[in-house]
Amino acid sequence: MADNTNGRNYPEPRFDSFVSKATSRRTFIKGVIFSGAAASGAGYLLSLGGCSSGGGSAAGVERLLTLNVNGQMRPVDVAPNETLAMTLRYKLSLTGTKLGCDRGECGACTVLIDGVANYSCSTLTHAVRGRAVMTIEGLEGPNGELHKVQQAMIDELGPQCGFCTPGQIMSAVALLNENATPTRDEVRHALSGNLCRCGAYDHYLNAVMRAANNGERVSQA
Amino acid sequence: MSRDMMSAFELYQPDTVEGAVELLAKFGEEGWALAGGNDSFDWFKDRVKRPKYVVDLGGIAALKGVRETPDGGVEIGALTSLTEVERSSVIQTRYKVLADAARRVASPQIRNSGSIGGNVCQDARCWYYRYGVNCYRAGGNTCYADTPEGQNREHCLWGADRCVAVSPSDTAPALVALDATMVVVGPGGQREIKAEQFFIGPNVDIERMTVLEDGDVLTAIRLPAEWSGARFYFEKVADRNTWDFPLVNIAAAMKVSGAAGAEKVDSIRIVAGAVQCVPRRLTVVEQVVAGQPKTADTATLAGQSAVRGATPLNFNHFKIPLLQNLVTRAIRDA
Repeated sequence: MADNTNGRNYPEPRFDSFVSKATSRRTFIKGVIFSGAAASGAGYLLSLGGCSSGGGSAAGVERLLTLNVNGQMRPVDVAPNETLAMTLRYKLSLTGTKLGCDRGECGACTVLIDGVANYSCSTLTHAVRGRAVMTIEGLEGPNGELHKVQQAMIDELGPQCGFCTPGQIMSAVALLNENATPTRDEVRHALSGNLCRCGAYDHYLNAVMRAANNGERVSQA
Repeated sequence: MSRDMMSAFELYQPDTVEGAVELLAKFGEEGWALAGGNDSFDWFKDRVKRPKYVVDLGGIAALKGVRETPDGGVEIGALTSLTEVERSSVIQTRYKVLADAARRVASPQIRNSGSIGGNVCQDARCWYYRYGVNCYRAGGNTCYADTPEGQNREHCLWGADRCVAVSPSDTAPALVALDATMVVVGPGGQREIKAEQFFIGPNVDIERMTVLEDGDVLTAIRLPAEWSGARFYFEKVADRNTWDFPLVNIAAAMKVSGAAGAEKVDSIRIVAGAVQCVPRRLTVVEQVVAGQPKTADTATLAGQSAVRGATPLNFNHFKIPLLQNLVTRAIRDA
């Protein structure tokens, strides 16, 4: 990686070391062609000019890459100016990640990158190469069982309209992964980067407190 | 105005500072140095800035981390996330004012991706300028904020020179209060600049907020040992507790001697943000307070002296008592 990502190599097209040693070059490119076909359709429908047609020139980053999303290696053709939210929703069909403001001002697009909550609308997909991305779809267990935060959201009637819920849940999961027994204030702080226009904040706090308490309701007093 | 996809650009991800500087110097005005992206992507998505080449600094490992230096200070890589700055034990124990400032930036997710270097280098948040109008700062010949009906509640009290935008950073006042040094690498090599000189007003260059020129990369921020473990105060007032930029923020570092109840301020650095295009070091307050007993009277006098000479615009008079009270509290409560 070190020598071929160095900026001084810019004239040459590069194939980075993300190409798994177990994958032949041909199967890799085949995979990309399939996801690329789906991508160009989505780009057309959504008028994502820059997203589907990209930078044009072969200089700069290599467009073909493999992303680690929800534990799966997903080959995908990514434009240099493409955000992770765009890639997830329109190329990988992971539409649980919502786009609200597309400006890092609402939190609906929150995903985990290496376990840390990030706005996927404000992250370039090329910047997560080699890192583990977790979306709301990745939370379910091996047999489709809900994550404890998801279950608690249902038990506490957490969401109202539900649009911000995936982002709220991802922020809550990031918190519980590093602090299994947060106080209500710590939960409030961790969820402060997620807007809810229905104003269901207290319900969300109840749900996260319940999730942290083995699914048992926590009294607010 | 299209406000959706970013314009196309070529993306480069160098893994050394030298590689990044070489690229940025080559691209000149068509290039763009990208750190966390929270400022950059707004520009790109609004299509106000359309660089042809974007150099992503995020893959340069040498730009990350908090290190203690042999001279007793601390060096923070410019690409260190604000979350990491906030949680660093050495910063929390020795330079708490910076940890407190980092904790008040934007939202948790923005602090996770946003870097301290990007936070101090971010562009002006004047909404006329951000909207893409051809104002002075954008190279035109009009200021839309400083007109009889211009909405300038967030704008400056000092240093207006055609442009009335303010420094939007929360960490910048803390860094100036700590007398930090900014390490910059450019095509001509490395140079070190005091934080106080790093930020520039419209009288110096109306199109930039820092001394950085094309090809320059802020690589590290050094905190001197001198203010390690001093008494600190940081407070930010904003319309919302999350996301919002400061209406006024205050950062102070002071050395205090004497027994509790009869304390004396030996030396102090105190800096206000969002009242001028640069973090405003309140030297008058420093002169008023240094050598004085740390009492309510001194704090009151400090607050009064802080706002002398303030020149409000039509809608930001409230910043004067706000700054006065923040300075009073800083001296009283630090």
